Amino acid sequence: MGMTERSIIAGSKRVYLKEKAIAGFLLLCAMVSVVTTAGIVIVLLYESVGFFKEVSIIKFLFGTRWEPLLEPRSFGVLPLLSGTLMIVVGSALIALPIGVLTAVYLSQYAEDRTRTILKPVLEILAGIPTVVYGYFALTFISPLLRQVFPSTHVFNALSASIVVGIMILPMVASLCDDAIRAVPNTLKQGGYALGATPFEVITQVIIPGAFSGIMASFILAVSRAFGETMAVTLAAGATPNLTINPLESIQTMTAYIVQVSLGDTPAGGTEYQTIFAVGALLFFVTLLMNIIANRVMHHFREVYE
Amino acid sequence: MTGDNSGFSSGLKRRRKIENIFRIISLTITWVSVIILLVLLTHVTLQGFQRLNLGFLQNFPSRFPDKAGLKSALYGSIWLISLIFLISVPLGTASAIYLEEYGKKGILGKFIEINIANLAGVPSIVYGILGLAIFVRFMGLGRSVLAGSLTMSLLILPVIIMAAREALRAVPQSVRHGAYALGATRWQTIIHHVLPASTPGILTGVILAMSRAIGETAPLIMIGALTYVAFIPEGPMDSFTALPIQIFNWASRPQAEFQTVAAAGIIVLLGVLLLMNAAAVIIRNYFQRKYKW
Repeated sequence: MGMTERSIIAGSKRVYLKEKAIAGFLLLCAMVSVVTTAGIVIVLLYESVGFFKEVSIIKFLFGTRWEPLLEPRSFGVLPLLSGTLMIVVGSALIALPIGVLTAVYLSQYAEDRTRTILKPVLEILAGIPTVVYGYFALTFISPLLRQVFPSTHVFNALSASIVVGIMILPMVASLCDDAIRAVPNTLKQGGYALGATPFEVITQVIIPGAFSGIMASFILAVSRAFGETMAVTLAAGATPNLTINPLESIQTMTAYIVQVSLGDTPAGGTEYQTIFAVGALLFFVTLLMNIIANRVMHHFREVYE
Repeated sequence: MTGDNSGFSSGLKRRRKIENIFRIISLTITWVSVIILLVLLTHVTLQGFQRLNLGFLQNFPSRFPDKAGLKSALYGSIWLISLIFLISVPLGTASAIYLEEYGKKGILGKFIEINIANLAGVPSIVYGILGLAIFVRFMGLGRSVLAGSLTMSLLILPVIIMAAREALRAVPQSVRHGAYALGATRWQTIIHHVLPASTPGILTGVILAMSRAIGETAPLIMIGALTYVAFIPEGPMDSFTALPIQIFNWASRPQAEFQTVAAAGIIVLLGVLLLMNAAAVIIRNYFQRKYKW
């Protein structure tokens, strides 16, 4: 297009320059997102370097006690990491199987009319702000859990896991639905022609055919649970706790960051820098997961037709 | 498939049984999750409805639950959304135009595209950390509406760019070719033909992105939006609170009365979101009928 365009407007240098200027301006706008990424990386690394001058990176990554505010201070991130992982595992156990089953139901069993009702419901679920889910966990699910397990703390990892699971469910369901729909109908018909039942077609043709998309949706959902903040801040508690008991109060990395910024921590101190170190860990783990998910989606995709 | 072919149909009964069980499980699971959603929404409505009245919208926050209101949060959210709109829509649309109409084939375009895809997955609290370091501290904007809006604009920019690209892509090539054939330059083609035709699509994406921004809490807490604000922000440099921050503050208080206030706040927030989503759907449907390629 460039050559023809240039020859058409060759008579008017002014127009040509204007076109160039506009293209340059648009590129500048597009570069804002690149600058954002660079900004995130620079800010996180710059402040983290200050932090790691005070605290050794080994002690940070493998220390088992997180007591940044009280003497004797200790900066082992493992309790926060284990808290985050507990939420991730719990919510994944809920959202991944249910998400896939919902997608299978939507794409294979549901009638069109049911679909037109359920799809918007999933979109509504996905649009509910996370602070609202935190409220649900705190006022509805936790009291329920306390009736079943009396030893449950007011703030506990289980209720937070459940709401985060409900929160990431629509994402899993709609991405899996897309992946399943991308499997060509002919493969499915071939399965039926061989006398397979719908269940056999689903488990042996459709799910293997949509495998890369399903995996990508899993990774994206896990990464979302990893970075989820408000629901876990409200429901899971603020006690860095290296435990595997989901009924106890814990603290996630994100909840810690919120806790520090709600208090009046002076800028520049080691406590202030902890949020950047924890934030850096959070950012790089989720970034890694997103990159893997994108690769899985694009590179391992079964190419049909 | 008659009973005579005993070898062929062996296990058929069992396979049919598995099939039925599986179908029932997937059906039940799907509807159970819908019912859970309804139960949660009913719960919050029942909790908050009694507390919802005109005074709730007109009062400032208070340490007395029966006097607490949303006024400053409501105005704060309106300020935020307006500034976010002014910042992110031109920026997002311009980025999308560059990526879709100019840099599609270039390495730079690909690089920006991958970058945006990855940015979309960055947890919102990380944007808050960025906002705290750059806008609040480095640029010295303080805990202002402007700092909050800039942070939030960066957060929803990937959403707007992706939606706008989708809308630009939906405009058929023949429209562009027609304009070129009449001697229009690339920019004239875009501004007079491609952009107007894709406006409804972009608008839908923008509304959905805005509804995400209205509910976001974590980045605003990071940049230091206050939880007790007894005034209305009068300029972009004033400190502020917002709907989700106020709800978070109420929900995190131990007194049961404040839980009710939080529920009332949630009803207002969800009401606003519902209105925005409805607007997006109406715009989409209206223009779908108007433009048919």
